[in-house]
Amino acid sequence: MLEIRNLHAGVEGRDILKGLDLTINAGEVHAVMGPNGSGKSTLAAIIAGREGYDIRQGEVLYNGKDLLEMDPEERAREGVFLAFQYPVEIPGVNSTYFLKAALNEIRKHNGESELDALEFLSLVKEKMKILELREDFLKRPVNAGFSGGEKKRNEIFQMAVLEPKLAILDETDSGLDIDALKIVAEGVNRLKRPDNAQLVITHYQRLLNYIIPDVVHVLYDGRIVRSGGKELALELEEKGYDWISKHDAVPA
Amino acid sequence: METTTIAPEQMKEADPYIAAFDRFERNDPAWLTSLRERGMAGFAELGFPTTRDEDWRFTNVAPIAKLPFQPVTEPSATTVPLKQFNFMALECTRLVFIDGYFAPKLSTILPQPKGVRITNLAAVLSDGEPLVQKHLGRYARVDANPFIGLNTAYFQDGAFLYVSAGQVVEKPVHLLFLSTSEERGSASHPRNLIVAERDSRLTVIESHVSTVQGEYFTNAVTEFVIGEHAVVEHCKFQDESPLAYHMATQQMNLSKQADFISHSFATGAKLSRNNIYTHLGGEHIECVLNGLYLTKDDQLADHYMIVEHASPHCNSHEYFNGILDDRSKGVFHGRILVRPIAQKTDAKQTNKNLLLSDNATANAKPQLEIYADDVKCTHGATVGQLNKDSIFYLRARGIGLETARRMLIHSFAGEIIDRIRCEAVREELDQVIWDRLEENPHVGSK
Repeated sequence: MLEIRNLHAGVEGRDILKGLDLTINAGEVHAVMGPNGSGKSTLAAIIAGREGYDIRQGEVLYNGKDLLEMDPEERAREGVFLAFQYPVEIPGVNSTYFLKAALNEIRKHNGESELDALEFLSLVKEKMKILELREDFLKRPVNAGFSGGEKKRNEIFQMAVLEPKLAILDETDSGLDIDALKIVAEGVNRLKRPDNAQLVITHYQRLLNYIIPDVVHVLYDGRIVRSGGKELALELEEKGYDWISKHDAVPA
Repeated sequence: METTTIAPEQMKEADPYIAAFDRFERNDPAWLTSLRERGMAGFAELGFPTTRDEDWRFTNVAPIAKLPFQPVTEPSATTVPLKQFNFMALECTRLVFIDGYFAPKLSTILPQPKGVRITNLAAVLSDGEPLVQKHLGRYARVDANPFIGLNTAYFQDGAFLYVSAGQVVEKPVHLLFLSTSEERGSASHPRNLIVAERDSRLTVIESHVSTVQGEYFTNAVTEFVIGEHAVVEHCKFQDESPLAYHMATQQMNLSKQADFISHSFATGAKLSRNNIYTHLGGEHIECVLNGLYLTKDDQLADHYMIVEHASPHCNSHEYFNGILDDRSKGVFHGRILVRPIAQKTDAKQTNKNLLLSDNATANAKPQLEIYADDVKCTHGATVGQLNKDSIFYLRARGIGLETARRMLIHSFAGEIIDRIRCEAVREELDQVIWDRLEENPHVGSK
């Protein structure tokens, strides 16, 4: 589904990703772990199409298509979803209006009919229960005045509604207490299907107690330096990132 | 009348106004004659402001000063089809004024509870209503800006709204000020007095519109006297002719525990300035001043306000957003004045400007003057383009760039509109502003 080959990228003259390779197949959950500054958020931003990054070398293929050639909205319509580390507050844009517009853009792209207000409401009500969101949630402006936990739940709620093929969760666990973390993880797990994939980006192993990855990668200084099963996350938690830097030479 | 001295450069422009006042014959009671004289003296003293005056630095009113002096002596029309205007479908009490004169045939006054009086000011002046003498001109100070004095000297009519203690005016009261004169410089000076006694409730819509593309001048003054624990919402909609000049002053005197919210929407006029003066004269007052200006071509929209905290434990908030296009200009001047007695004041102010064109300008001038030591006062002003993070967030959900831009521009207006409490008014303004933005080719395409 996603194939990243020898990706070199940076921002403002600084090299961040230095030859990153990553392959994710449908039905898989991958975790990318790494210390601060290793390039985790850059990776997420580049996949989603945020502006301002220089791609110096390499390619990113999504279902065989050149992802880097696509506008962010095109990627989203093709099924790429980024759960933001810092969801943006948009006062004045009603949540229902926003999410219905997004869903209908994606449906249109897939040749499906657009949902009217009633159809949309019955769809989202069901999904809101999964994330334990309050009824008035949809009437509020997007993320405006939300607590950190509410914002993260809103990201996963949007993911539940938009049903992406490839979801990237960028530090979704940061700022969440353990109860919110469980709700979010449960939401993510319920969305797992044989035809979609998830990429969980995190600093800590904590989230991976609840979202069980098939593959864990360690990102260090712009490259995947180690890949393994879910045990790798535990090992990393135990030994710390220093352990990796000492074994930096070990190729992925 | 009293003798006055004015600066030579201002004399020429103010002259016709002063000379005409001597010939201005009316059957006013003595107290009103003296009030008018004080108004004229105040105007003569200050003259038309220039950009050398700090409070008028960004707003040049020379075009108003240069207009021929044309006070409207009678309305040019007595019946006008009103359907074309906003709020006409609203179930409400409506007072219509044409060129500053009351139009009884076009007005509707719904039955009101005892103790509520809704009529035109000229009517209560002629029947000697003591409340008018008690309140009129007591709050809007002629030295606050020259246009207050000018209005006081020349006003013909306006609204008189009185809600006695504990009474609730259920439906909004719509004051519609309509200009119909095509004569250049034709001027009207509407004057409103609104008294809401303790525990009363009132919603007032004040709209300024026209049937002509005229270079006329509106100079309105509204005084609000708001009693203890009264809840008042005021919504001003300035949608004058694109060639018109609009000056307005609202003076609000609030008593303890009053809950007051005011909205100022400025979409029309070539040059407009809305002066809002609030005096928080009792504890635990909630005061919100909220506003939106949309400008294009070479329009200028200025909002000037002074929030005076003269008592402890009051909260005030100002939220003003501007969407500026073409060569237009938006001005925001917000002064928060906290008197030494006003401990535990919580005063916040934000002014955000969105520029849709490289040639548009926004001038923001926050001013905090704090004489008490235990207060929370914050202000923030921004000028710029749409937020890149917000655009990316929407695009990352599948929403196209143009739609994302349009959504964010609407949201910029929407966050102001959302504060209107009266649902029917909010929905109507939401639609109006939406349509105005959609008409703009720069919304969504830049």
